[in-house]
Amino acid sequence: MAAHEAHAHHDTHGHDHHEEGFISKYIFSQDHKMIGKQFLLTAVFMGVVAMLLSILFRIQLAWPGEPSDFLSFFLGETWAPGGVLKENMYLGLVTIHGTIMVFFLLTGGLSGTFSNLLIPLQIGARDMASGLLNMMSYWMFLISSLIMLFSLFIETGPASSGWTVYPPLSALPQAIEGSGLGMTLWLISMSIFIASSLLGSLNYIVTVLNLRTKGMKMTRMPLTIWAFFVTAVLGVLSFPVLLSAALLLMMDRLAGTSFYLSDIIIGSEMLENHGGSPLLFQHLFWFLGHPEVYIVLLPALGLTSEIISTNSRKPIFGYRAMIGSILAIGFLSFIVWGHHMFVTGMNPFLGSVFVFTTLLIAIPSAVKVFNYITTIWRGSNIYTPAMLFSVGLVSTFITGGVTGIILADSALDISVHDTYFVVAHFHIVMGMSAVFGMFAGVYHWFPKMYGRMLNTRLGYAHFWVTIVGAYGVFFPMHFVGLAGAPRRYYDYSVFGDFNTNSHEMIMDLNMIITVFAIIAAFGQLIFLFNFFYSIYRGPKAVQNPWRSNTLEWTTPVEHVHGNWPGAIPEVHRWPYDYSKPGAEEDFIPQIVPLRAGEEGDH
Amino acid sequence: MTKLIVLIVIILGVVAIAQLVRMYELSSKLRNRREEDIPNRDNRLNAILLLVFMFAFFASVIYLFSEYGFSGRGEAASVHGKATDWLLDLNLWIITAVFFLTNTLLFGFAFKYVRKPGVKAYWFPHDNRLELVWTVVPAVVLAIIIILGLKSWNEQTDHASKEAIRVELFSKQFDWTVRMAGDDNTLGFFDYKLTNDNNPLALLTTKTIQDAIDSMENSSTGIHALELKLNDPKLIFAPEDHALMVKDLGAKERIVRMLYQLKARHNSALDARAMDDIVFNASDTLYLCKDQQYEFNFRSKDVIHSAYFPHFRVQMNTVPGQTTRFKFTPSVTTMEMRDKMSNPKFNYVLMCNKICGSSHYKMKLMVVVLDKPAYKKWYASVSKFDPKAADQCKTFRNIYPVGKPKAAADLTATATPADSAIVTK
Ligand code: HEM
Ligand SMILES: [Cu+2]
Ligand SMILES: [Cu+2]
Repeated sequence: MAAHEAHAHHDTHGHDHHEEGFISKYIFSQDHKMIGKQFLLTAVFMGVVAMLLSILFRIQLAWPGEPSDFLSFFLGETWAPGGVLKENMYLGLVTIHGTIMVFFLLTGGLSGTFSNLLIPLQIGARDMASGLLNMMSYWMFLISSLIMLFSLFIETGPASSGWTVYPPLSALPQAIEGSGLGMTLWLISMSIFIASSLLGSLNYIVTVLNLRTKGMKMTRMPLTIWAFFVTAVLGVLSFPVLLSAALLLMMDRLAGTSFYLSDIIIGSEMLENHGGSPLLFQHLFWFLGHPEVYIVLLPALGLTSEIISTNSRKPIFGYRAMIGSILAIGFLSFIVWGHHMFVTGMNPFLGSVFVFTTLLIAIPSAVKVFNYITTIWRGSNIYTPAMLFSVGLVSTFITGGVTGIILADSALDISVHDTYFVVAHFHIVMGMSAVFGMFAGVYHWFPKMYGRMLNTRLGYAHFWVTIVGAYGVFFPMHFVGLAGAPRRYYDYSVFGDFNTNSHEMIMDLNMIITVFAIIAAFGQLIFLFNFFYSIYRGPKAVQNPWRSNTLEWTTPVEHVHGNWPGAIPEVHRWPYDYSKPGAEEDFIPQIVPLRAGEEGDH
Repeated sequence: MTKLIVLIVIILGVVAIAQLVRMYELSSKLRNRREEDIPNRDNRLNAILLLVFMFAFFASVIYLFSEYGFSGRGEAASVHGKATDWLLDLNLWIITAVFFLTNTLLFGFAFKYVRKPGVKAYWFPHDNRLELVWTVVPAVVLAIIIILGLKSWNEQTDHASKEAIRVELFSKQFDWTVRMAGDDNTLGFFDYKLTNDNNPLALLTTKTIQDAIDSMENSSTGIHALELKLNDPKLIFAPEDHALMVKDLGAKERIVRMLYQLKARHNSALDARAMDDIVFNASDTLYLCKDQQYEFNFRSKDVIHSAYFPHFRVQMNTVPGQTTRFKFTPSVTTMEMRDKMSNPKFNYVLMCNKICGSSHYKMKLMVVVLDKPAYKKWYASVSKFDPKAADQCKTFRNIYPVGKPKAAADLTATATPADSAIVTK
């Protein structure tokens, strides 16, 4: 106790005597709240870039070969001569779009922002276990982001072999221009990114395990923390495998090794490499790649668990089942990677094993969905923008999840693998859900981050444009895929050579999709405006605006080092005592001791 | 000019929104409303909108299904494809039902249980029975899906029958080449080091090995020529060029050494396998026979491609350094399919479905399915050597230059089944 008070004392003194400099406060900050905000701003910027890239290539898909001022404005004569996108640049844009969205927006951005902001605040810690590592984690994230962006501007173009960068295409500059310097930069950027992610994850794990305040048992942690914790464990176990895959690829490119290469003639050059296997890369890649989709998704699910419970004024239904399903999903996600490889020539028996494990994952996912729905049932639901985005997330998680059942069924995957059906599936279940979760988190915790409120009306407008726009983009893609349209195609004119009906249908849908994409993109401007406007001019926040139970709302609105000016509060109950019978208020913060005879945790 | 106008409009738009927001904030302040207090009116409006959204969403989903059906590519044209389409439809029905049901529950409850003044939320933290229900029910449904799915999968990936015609599809940036196994129905062996203009598929015969060695050593860019150039005191090279040539020479010397090893191990009895193979030109149409099983062997010369026959429900990657396989039986001829689709221009196709470079989207091969009589006629024309129509006959024996007499001799020498020969690599 005494130590805590001394710390608090020191804090107030610190502010009196030496004002923190701009540099140490905003730039080389080791405070977890500031680092969380740095992650958020960087990720928002990266997200805008990736969205812009998608609009650029969507224009080509909707109006193939037609000159566009928009394209020539952004890409200039080199990449869009006369306003028509070049084939190679199409692939480059798709690749960087996917890479940024998955890794920089939704891994770095989502988990980086909210794990940093919420872990210490919600478990009752003064900061992360290591502020220095945390700061390094952000700085490496920023450097890797800059390298990835820079690769868009080099002469031979960015990496262009898809975000999955399968060799040999990604290993041989003779195969595609982007596999030269662009690919080198991609690999460097990703290696730094992985290091950043590892530093962050280790920090989160240690913090959750060691720095919980008195009374904060593991089974009293908010589901957000459970989600961040399991996410971090997944990251620590799987990202190193991607790093090794990337290192081996670098060796094949630079040192003449043959990990992934065998018996290749490229152009007219006969390579000597023999004995490697491209499938090895795919196994290594997807050993990360599949857990990665849960690294993206779990934090979003954690955030919405908290938001739905708070705004329905009801305890989250089946708290223990929710923890159980997070753990089950986390575990299963390591033994399903082969579902990306049913048609790669992998042994079919192995394929059947992966069918089985993959479909198992549907069970904990279904449990989660039903638990969300039951939480909303007979609640007293308040539709803040955060709550709307959370409801949207549950919907997209269902809509995108069910098509996963088709893709997991190897016999059926054969006819839709690598078509737009897959693009529809993963955008809805991973892209939309995770982005909705991220938005929900920003709307909900903005007062905690900036001490001000976001504008609610603009939030509503943003939500409605986004959900209509995004479903409008991604739902029709199922039908494009069922018509047999492969992904990563610069245009679909080949269909005109063999099936004019399918061709017309694909062209119609592609146009509709692009129109919705443009609408959705405009919708994000509402958010950007609201975000930056409110940082400076939004109405001042109160301490606990959403009448929520968790610890972060017991800290003062003004950020202080160490989070609580006095002692760290002690925790007496689980975080979901909303509308508890017998209580006066419809919420009981975790710091309130149990009344005599009150039943505790659930 | 237009850019300037657009810029001005955008700036004015932002200013206008900012003003609106300020007005809204001022009026909130006047009414003493805090941003986090959601007025009942707004709350109900959003609840209604959620319901309206659900109906609009469902309506558009139903519209899309009715307009484009479960499959925009037409009915399956292969035996296993018919079975998997049935399974796909079953799965689509199941997931569509789940989609409608759970989304209805979600949006329905979200609408119905919007906050009402004076009504408190119901305290309902957990219920083991309910949780058991929604663990077990999905598990049972999934078990059915898994069992049916794996049954199909095992049938699809089982070995092809002996009678299945062996066909090779060879992929490279950015076209496909067909090779049929010929009369013995066995594909000849290959080794990528034997690739040259006359032997694009790198088939392995005594002659092709010798030719590869010759060209490695004696062609204008071969080892001898390189050595001569490098040793010629009159020639001076830029250091980079010199380094490149040395590197090239080293590679060629190593490759030629391996070719000699190949030669030493080669069993000429194996030549016969290759000699009757029918090797088409790149992008020559693939002809198939209705109701005949095929075993496709896929190869790649450079990067990964994927052989995707959307109408036969077939897809398999082609992987450099490795042969992949897929078997299927076409069950509808091109003509019949045109009738079914009432589209006289319809054709089957093979598309590349794995990103492989800039022209990935153009990498396709036309496919024609004939009925038995028509197929037989076509097959005879490409496989039988008829001196008057030599350019039509595509057997390797016929198209591989110069080696014809020797190859013929080899053939007679090894009339015994080649299968008993030891396979060397
Ligand atoms: C404005 C919204 C978006 C639009 C219009 C959009 C559209 C597209 C399209 C058309 C493709 C190309 C598919 C192909 O040819 O293979 C694509 C690829 C991809 N997108 Fe998006 N997308 C959007 C947002 C997102 C989000 C939020 C994510 C996050 C998960 C995401 C992740 C990806 C990935 C991983 C790929 C694959 C890239 C590759 O093939 O290498 N996208 N997107
Ligand atoms: Cu996966
Ligand atoms: Cu391709």
